[in-house]
Amino acid sequence: MATAEEIARAADRRDIRNRWYLSAPALLTIFFAAVGPLAIVLVYSFLTPGSYGDVKWQFSPEAWVSVLFERDIFDDTLSLAGAHISIFWRSVKLAIITTLITLALGFPTAYFMATRSEKTRDLWLFLITIPFWTNLLIRTFAVLQIIRNEGIVNTVLMKLGIVSAPIQILYTDVAILIGMAYVYLPLMVLPVYASMEKLDFRLVEAGYDLYASRWQVLRRIIFPLVKPGVIAGSILVFIPAIGAYVTPSVLGGGKNMMLSNLIELQFGQGRNWPLGSALSITVMLIVMVALLVYVRNAGSQEVRHG
Amino acid sequence: MNSRLFAATAALALLAATGLARAEGALNIYNWGNYTNPDVIKKFEEKYKVKVTITDYDSNDTALAKVRQGGSGFDIVVPSQTHLPIWIQEGLLLETNPGGMENFKNIAPEWANPDFDPGRKYSVPWAWGTVGVVVNTDVYKGDINTWDIVFKTPDELKGKVNVVPEMKDVMTAAIRYVGGEQCTADKEVLKKVRDLLTAAKPNWIAMEYGAVDKMGAGDFKASSTWNGAGLRIRLAHPEVHYGYPKEGFTYWSDNVVVLKDAKNAENAKLFQNFIMDPEVAAGLSAYHRYANGVAGSEKFMPAEMRDAPEIVVPAEAKPHGTMALMCSEEADTLYKKIWTELRK
Repeated sequence: MATAEEIARAADRRDIRNRWYLSAPALLTIFFAAVGPLAIVLVYSFLTPGSYGDVKWQFSPEAWVSVLFERDIFDDTLSLAGAHISIFWRSVKLAIITTLITLALGFPTAYFMATRSEKTRDLWLFLITIPFWTNLLIRTFAVLQIIRNEGIVNTVLMKLGIVSAPIQILYTDVAILIGMAYVYLPLMVLPVYASMEKLDFRLVEAGYDLYASRWQVLRRIIFPLVKPGVIAGSILVFIPAIGAYVTPSVLGGGKNMMLSNLIELQFGQGRNWPLGSALSITVMLIVMVALLVYVRNAGSQEVRHG
Repeated sequence: MNSRLFAATAALALLAATGLARAEGALNIYNWGNYTNPDVIKKFEEKYKVKVTITDYDSNDTALAKVRQGGSGFDIVVPSQTHLPIWIQEGLLLETNPGGMENFKNIAPEWANPDFDPGRKYSVPWAWGTVGVVVNTDVYKGDINTWDIVFKTPDELKGKVNVVPEMKDVMTAAIRYVGGEQCTADKEVLKKVRDLLTAAKPNWIAMEYGAVDKMGAGDFKASSTWNGAGLRIRLAHPEVHYGYPKEGFTYWSDNVVVLKDAKNAENAKLFQNFIMDPEVAAGLSAYHRYANGVAGSEKFMPAEMRDAPEIVVPAEAKPHGTMALMCSEEADTLYKKIWTELRK
């Protein structure tokens, strides 16, 4: 009895040990690639800025205070950090608008692709992925060439006599939105398409048989069924859009900063690494809140349709 | 004595590190992007049988942060005069004493004993220049030797002016414009500066580094910029001219220094000596389009540079120029707040 129990226990132990060994690569990867670096960022956000960049190993909550509050340099009163808040708001706003644009363009695209014959579908899918072969920076500069004052759009418009002077698109929020919508569109199309492909189009036919209008079919049948894809696509677009650096820098002209530029300033000319770290974590918190909202909405919807 | 001991150790370390596999020797240069003439490097490689590797950085702060972490593997860095004293104070540099090197006799007297490196114990001049404005004179015919272009933009240029987002340069220009001293922390002056910048910004189109390309393409009609950039633009577009603002413009100077933990310190010293040769210095200038601080290099320079108004500061502009300084932390913190406020 005792020996059998011991053998069983030894086997259990071996089993547990093996499991640890087998999961070690994954755990190490998670530690070194995710938890570790994040922990460093977190620790840095509670330190004192060094004189010429870097940090002094001295605890200070100052960075976190200055994320949201600032001492007025002229009358020394503590107030909400208007500059930071308007930069946050700009970034969130542009990210939301980008998500809506990609949804408005991506949804019909995905529908079109999903309703093609099996064979051509692969071709469309292939075409959607082609932009991924090119570096983001190059794609952004391509957009710049198209919309700049002496670029393709303005040249054509002026040659056709539609406008007399070039339209200033470059260095405006519109330019940032064009760039981000273009760059992130595939991230919306692919998940929506994946949902759409699984859609049972007999349900659509049934809807028409029951005298539903086109709009009703879209709203009551198609949209609820592909909603998981839409949510996944929105998350995939929103998250990189809120932290976008290259596109706003190249197309936005840098007059108005976005979050990424503000963070970059702290690590460069601003020489305030703790504030940069605190701002980075704040961005993550914003993304997390957005995710929670999405997930909760998705969850409650599913229960209702149960 | 100490430095000789150090040099010996460094040489030993060099031997140990490079071993026999790279017997020819190497030199790792960490410099600003688009700044190093490949032909000059090739000449150096052939002359001393050294393999040179160049890595780019885009700001003094980036370079300092990276090297300070240690183990960067670079031998040579080219910091600006504002940051050079920090490099020295922080003990990052090897005292190579260029003042005693063979080619030092070529250094122009005004660059032989600068405030940022008294007696040239660490550094050799690489390039120097000024911060001013470029204006497309087809669009604006008025006086271009003024910061009005940026801060009180004439109607013809409204919505067409770019400002290069170098915080220090912009702040210094604005402070001088309202009549303050460079690096001031005087809040009365800074309040004027903030109001000036906030009022000026709606007339700007962008705050970007790429002035050369964008002036050429017509996206900008004026921009704050460096003199070498001004020369590059004018050579391609003769209607664009560089102005020296009479309210006060700044001089800057980038300098070649050797890192204390350099693995190829001897090669680095050879390089310091090498670039003080007038012909070599002229080669560097021909590429980066700035003056270099080596006397007698003018006659080896390309003809279009020899008496270009961008390179040779006109006599009437000279009294308005001052060397850019590193400011106190207090002043810097105030500047950064105004800067963030400006770009929100």
